[in-house]
Amino acid sequence: MSNIRNFSIIAHIDHGKSTLADRLIQWTGMVEDRQFRDQILDTMDIERERGITIKSNTISLPYTSDDGVEYELNLIDTPGHVDFSYEVSRALASCEGVLLLVDASQGVEAQTVANLYLAMEHDLTIIPVINKIDLPAADVDGVKEQIERELGLDSDHVLLCSAKEGIGIDEILEAIVARIPPPTGSAEEPLSGLIFDATYDSFRGTVVSCRIFDGQVKPGDIIRMMYHGTVHKVEETGVFRLTREPRKQLSAGMVGYLIAGIKTVSDTRIGDTLTLEARPAAGPLPGFKEVKPVVFASIYPVGNDDYQDLADALEKFKLNDASLVYQKDSSAALGQGFRCGFLGLLHLEIVQERLEREYNQSIIMTVPGVRYRFTLADGKVITVDNPLYYPDPSSIKGEEEPFIRTSILIPERFVGAVMKLCLERRGVNSRFQYPSPGRVEINFDMPLAEVIIDFYDRLKTITQGYGSFDYEIIDYRPTSLLKLDILVNGEKLDALSMIVHKDRVREWGVRVCDRLKDEIPKQQFKIAIQGAVGGQIISRSTISAFRKDVTAKCYGGDISRKRKLLEKQRAGKKRMKMVGSVQIPQSAFVAVLKTENE
Amino acid sequence: MDHPTNSGLYVHLPFCKTKCPYCDFYSVTDATLISAYLTALNTEAGLYREQFPGFDSLFLGGGTPSWLGEAQLAGLMKNLRRHFTFAPDSEITIEANPDDITAEKLTLWRDLGINRLSLGVQSFDEGELRFLGRRHTAKQTEAAIDLIRAAGFTNLGLDLMYGLPGQSLDGWLKTLEQALSFAPEHLSCYQLTLMAGETPALRTPMARRVARGEISLPDEETQREFFLLTANFLTARGYLHYEVANFARQGPQAGSLCHYCCRHNVKYWTRTPYLGLGPAAHSFDGRRRWWNFSSVKKYCLSLNAGEAPVAEAETLTPEQIRLETLALGFRTRAGVSLATIREHPGADAVVAALTQAGLVRVDRERVIATLDGLVVADRLPLEFGD
Repeated sequence: MSNIRNFSIIAHIDHGKSTLADRLIQWTGMVEDRQFRDQILDTMDIERERGITIKSNTISLPYTSDDGVEYELNLIDTPGHVDFSYEVSRALASCEGVLLLVDASQGVEAQTVANLYLAMEHDLTIIPVINKIDLPAADVDGVKEQIERELGLDSDHVLLCSAKEGIGIDEILEAIVARIPPPTGSAEEPLSGLIFDATYDSFRGTVVSCRIFDGQVKPGDIIRMMYHGTVHKVEETGVFRLTREPRKQLSAGMVGYLIAGIKTVSDTRIGDTLTLEARPAAGPLPGFKEVKPVVFASIYPVGNDDYQDLADALEKFKLNDASLVYQKDSSAALGQGFRCGFLGLLHLEIVQERLEREYNQSIIMTVPGVRYRFTLADGKVITVDNPLYYPDPSSIKGEEEPFIRTSILIPERFVGAVMKLCLERRGVNSRFQYPSPGRVEINFDMPLAEVIIDFYDRLKTITQGYGSFDYEIIDYRPTSLLKLDILVNGEKLDALSMIVHKDRVREWGVRVCDRLKDEIPKQQFKIAIQGAVGGQIISRSTISAFRKDVTAKCYGGDISRKRKLLEKQRAGKKRMKMVGSVQIPQSAFVAVLKTENE
Repeated sequence: MDHPTNSGLYVHLPFCKTKCPYCDFYSVTDATLISAYLTALNTEAGLYREQFPGFDSLFLGGGTPSWLGEAQLAGLMKNLRRHFTFAPDSEITIEANPDDITAEKLTLWRDLGINRLSLGVQSFDEGELRFLGRRHTAKQTEAAIDLIRAAGFTNLGLDLMYGLPGQSLDGWLKTLEQALSFAPEHLSCYQLTLMAGETPALRTPMARRVARGEISLPDEETQREFFLLTANFLTARGYLHYEVANFARQGPQAGSLCHYCCRHNVKYWTRTPYLGLGPAAHSFDGRRRWWNFSSVKKYCLSLNAGEAPVAEAETLTPEQIRLETLALGFRTRAGVSLATIREHPGADAVVAALTQAGLVRVDRERVIATLDGLVVADRLPLEFGD
């Protein structure tokens, strides 16, 4: 056990976490150079494209230190986004230390701070590492100062590296061995293991990633999930190399996997405690939380016949992503679909993209919203996350919406612009901190509903990319809501209905009408688009009909070309949704969400 | 293979003295190629004598067929008649430019059996003619029409263009009035269209001028006004608006409403088989369509090597046939049969909605675009799904 080191790399997005992981894997000889590809732990296309880690992966690196001792370095990769902060916290709970990675040109950012706090909560040894020191814009001394002032870490022990160029990697490996303590615990105690991840293997079922704190587990053991209460028989235990490698057992201090005939990932709970049915631990490990979705949107298939396909795709998706929740939904305009709950906006985007790319689904996603709380006349309290179930306004006695506390880290010169944005988004109770000269951390209490649509994009734009953002959900607060409906030629497009704060309803009404006007193509008939609250029209726009569209000449040599054009147009039309007699392209639903400058 | 007797023959004569800046038809200005070309054409005709033995229409198009010398045209006609049979009442059309018309040519054309003339008038406004790069003047056109009538041609079609940059509705009406003063049997009124062209090099000189912002075409609303004005004006003067751009005078015999409709061109819209000879010409046998190389040189080389000069071919799927039937049918006064329309799921509801919107009417089991429907005829097929 003294030769094991369990650690994570934590960083703000784009500060080079995956590249450093790549380098560590290469340096320890896990993979030959010719087999190497970038972001080796990021197995999904989206992860590679966006440069983020969505699904964490774990790898055990065999390492012989400078003084000749052999170690097992378990790198527990973490998802790099606030939406997945619970998963991050469980991964960190499985470690004894972290590499805190900071970009030499970007410096400390909101997620750097948030991640550091998480690591501190778990009493982890923190090794600060400044990355990208080879960049011309690198400001090593400035970043060191930030690390000292803003993070309160001793800058004398900061390591310098360029993961991209392979500079400083040896020093990092030595520091992991020297500074991060080995795990404690005893193999003789009853089994106590923390589940920090679960993935789905189509042949083996769920593969549970776990950190063993006490005891040991081996094939044939009957295990119990202490929170979930389920019991399974272990089929295989092992460790993660580039692929899974079976071991006779996992014992205290180790990080590895077990396979136990668990059908879906949803049958495991991240943060649950594994123990032996025959000889259980005294109690579960602390920190378990049921992850609850906070952002909701409906998904409909573009073709009405594709509902079953989408249902199958979601079921498969859910095998591997327990945090996605969904139930049947139905729209007069869009037919049968699903109401889905997500951990956050990025999670929503990832689900949408993966459904389209990996599961080949052509989908329409509605405007995302939050879960509101209504107190009705009869005293009953209900929660509503779907505008379809907005209660009769006359029966509403009280309304509440979820609030978050933002942490926005910016250079001082952007304070005015960011304040303005936050106030527009109904931010209250602002607090400023100056973690170091020239830098401001702004905290606002803000309705979650105001940040789930284009807030981060706007923040990036007005701070020229320097602003970083993190948030936590704090509580529900009283509010005043209205339901905005969108009518197309007098027919309600219920999929575009939304629950909006009363001060924002006109703005949204105008915005949706304008966006739809740009996105819905001209048709044979004039199309009227209206925003309505109750029976009252609050905004409108009109799309004129085709006035002229006919080829002047059509003789023998023109027919094939003409037909090919029609075939192309027809294919484009197929990707649209018929609402009454109006064809609405998929893009119209997306456009409603986009920022104005896009 | 069946042997349709009502097929049409098109012969492309891709030679022009000068190229007009708006034209994207395939043509060359090198007259020395003509004789070699006619030899190749004779070879090509020979390839199809089994497949297309008989025709009841011939269209000599271009290019500028009227530019051909008397002997060249006589030789061509002789060869065509040697390979193919033409029904006794065949419609035989030649496209002509006013400045090519002479009494001698007209006499020869009559002798060769040509009984219909399609005259490239384009405009009676001198300024517009210059803008269009035409070689003739309005005066020449008037003289040419007098000669044509004097030579005994009783089926004359005039080609006109509208929607030119700066053209007013009044100016266009004047041209129409002037055209009608010759009581033509047929009028083709084309809106000036710039073919998009995939690269600037493929664009016509006029399209390049528009792209550079030197000139601009009328907006959609004005184009619509031109179209409606044209249709209403000519219909009021007794012309039958039988296709988007085509108008015909009522015929002499009662009952044959479309006596002066261009029999040959109607075949394109009714998907009747046609054989096209010459570079870039398209042929169709009911299921398969093929077209020749758009190059006189390549065309001649292939035929000299004993090969058909076919650049590409396609065999239409039933769905493609349905789509073409709609696209072409909605351009014409004949419309599309209800039976064909009903092959598309939900067609009745679509027809009802389009009728309601005034874009089509149903008449004797046929769905026919109204005038408002014709203006947007390219959209109508898209209303019917597959």
